[in-house]
Amino acid sequence: MSYKEILASYKDVPGGMIEAFHAIQGQYSYLPEETIIEAARVFNLPVAKAYEVATFYSMFSVNTRGKNVIRICESAPCHVAGAADVVAALERELGIKMGESTSDGKFALELTECVGQCQATPVITVNGKVYLDVTPAKIPDILAEYK
Amino acid sequence: MAEEIRIVLRNYGKIDPLKIDDYLAIGGYEALIKARSMDREELIEEVKKSKLRGRGGAGFNCGQKWAFAYGAQADQKYVVCNADEGEPGTYKDRIIMENDPHTLLEGMAICGYAIGANKGYIYCRGEYPQVTQILNTAIAQAKEKDVLRDFDIEVKSGAGAYVCGEETALIESIEGNRGEPRIRPPFPPVSGLWQKPTIVNNVETFANVPVIVDKGADYYASIGAPAYPGTKVVTLTGDVNNKTFFEVPTNTTIREVIFQFGGGIPGDRKFKAVQIGGNSGAFISADLLDTPIAFDAMTSIGSALGSGAIFVLDETRDIVDVITRVAKFFEDESCGKCAPCREGTARMYELMEKLNSGQGSANDIVLLNKLGRVMSYSCLCGLGQAAPTPVLTTIERFSADYNAKLM
Repeated sequence: MSYKEILASYKDVPGGMIEAFHAIQGQYSYLPEETIIEAARVFNLPVAKAYEVATFYSMFSVNTRGKNVIRICESAPCHVAGAADVVAALERELGIKMGESTSDGKFALELTECVGQCQATPVITVNGKVYLDVTPAKIPDILAEYK
Repeated sequence: MAEEIRIVLRNYGKIDPLKIDDYLAIGGYEALIKARSMDREELIEEVKKSKLRGRGGAGFNCGQKWAFAYGAQADQKYVVCNADEGEPGTYKDRIIMENDPHTLLEGMAICGYAIGANKGYIYCRGEYPQVTQILNTAIAQAKEKDVLRDFDIEVKSGAGAYVCGEETALIESIEGNRGEPRIRPPFPPVSGLWQKPTIVNNVETFANVPVIVDKGADYYASIGAPAYPGTKVVTLTGDVNNKTFFEVPTNTTIREVIFQFGGGIPGDRKFKAVQIGGNSGAFISADLLDTPIAFDAMTSIGSALGSGAIFVLDETRDIVDVITRVAKFFEDESCGKCAPCREGTARMYELMEKLNSGQGSANDIVLLNKLGRVMSYSCLCGLGQAAPTPVLTTIERFSADYNAKLM
């Protein structure tokens, strides 16, 4: 579905812009500028307003990013369980820093706050899929699932 | 010896959450039928009498809240479930929704009948896409069986914003806006979602409601601490042997939660501190461990039960390092609407980083104390008001950790 069709399908949903943005990101991994401009038109709002929404929520990105979004929880329970080691391992394995994407467009690395899976810390998610008790040794296998 | 009592998790592991027939077979939705046979005022009175108080953190009397919305005159009213659980170390609402989604739907429908609302929303955090699917399946099955009758429920997904756990920010987000808290009053029971009277209750709060209707207010009020009766689902994280969840009566002490249910601290290490209620909770030292987790008991020691997150630290942990991380959380999650929070959380993190890297002075601690006090009464919503709590309580109770890192 094109982004115009996606947005049109949410036109009559009250407060539907956030859900529409989720759907667009499902296809593009981020919110391209033209999708925000089109969202403003569809929901009958100034572009600034749509942009405000797009930039408020941490799961939305207005910059291009890799297809598989890896998020590492850095909240206190994951922090004391060794999240920093997991961050270092991911950066080493992918050759990029937090907040960056790989040059082949496959992976994006992001820090996040608590994802609510604190029974087995540290925790990372890839495209929303949860990985528990993550250690640096587990990183290559996790990444292999998406290569 | 304290024992677990399962009220909100009464069906945990006993039913297939994706099969409404399982829920119906063990008496599911009978409380809703009973509620609908009652007079609305009588029903609200029963909930009030149970002394059920909000499990999201504020601890407001649930029936009293419902009475406000019931009394408001409007052509449309809404029931909203706050499933935006974002407090680090908290996953109790997820456990409830993943294992017994119909309990939540039933609790919301009872509220809908009580206040005269025919529309409900569940605002589920964006980090829980699998929970959204379970809820949608449950709603579809409930519609097919027509158990909810004219009460309609829709799931709205968040997109990663801790502040949306604040009820007016949550309402803004459902409306499709930035999740910035509103200036109150008016409070949601008078003017909430799309300016209509709205009840916002936490998942755990709603999950208690069918039991109260089924077994009566007196039964419920007799469990746990008299002023904050019932149970609390707690989630244990950090340096504790059993990193899992428990549902305990509210008169259970912190010591029992950590050392009995939690199995104590791993290795031969000693207890150092526990933070209760999520990131905005106070840090509690060993001398206060015999405090019950009930709302008012926690308040009396300058703490809060909050979401029920129990984050344990052993003697090897550096409090200043942990608090620096906590301070970064609030800088990340401040929505930026009001200056005391936007600027305050940033300066607080800056000062904590300075102290954590060994560059801080005693004067920075004085500054932190001053800044924290100002934020606690000048910030617009609970996020900014509570953000200084971990900093202020650790400066007071764990000063040795701070002094050890001074320049």
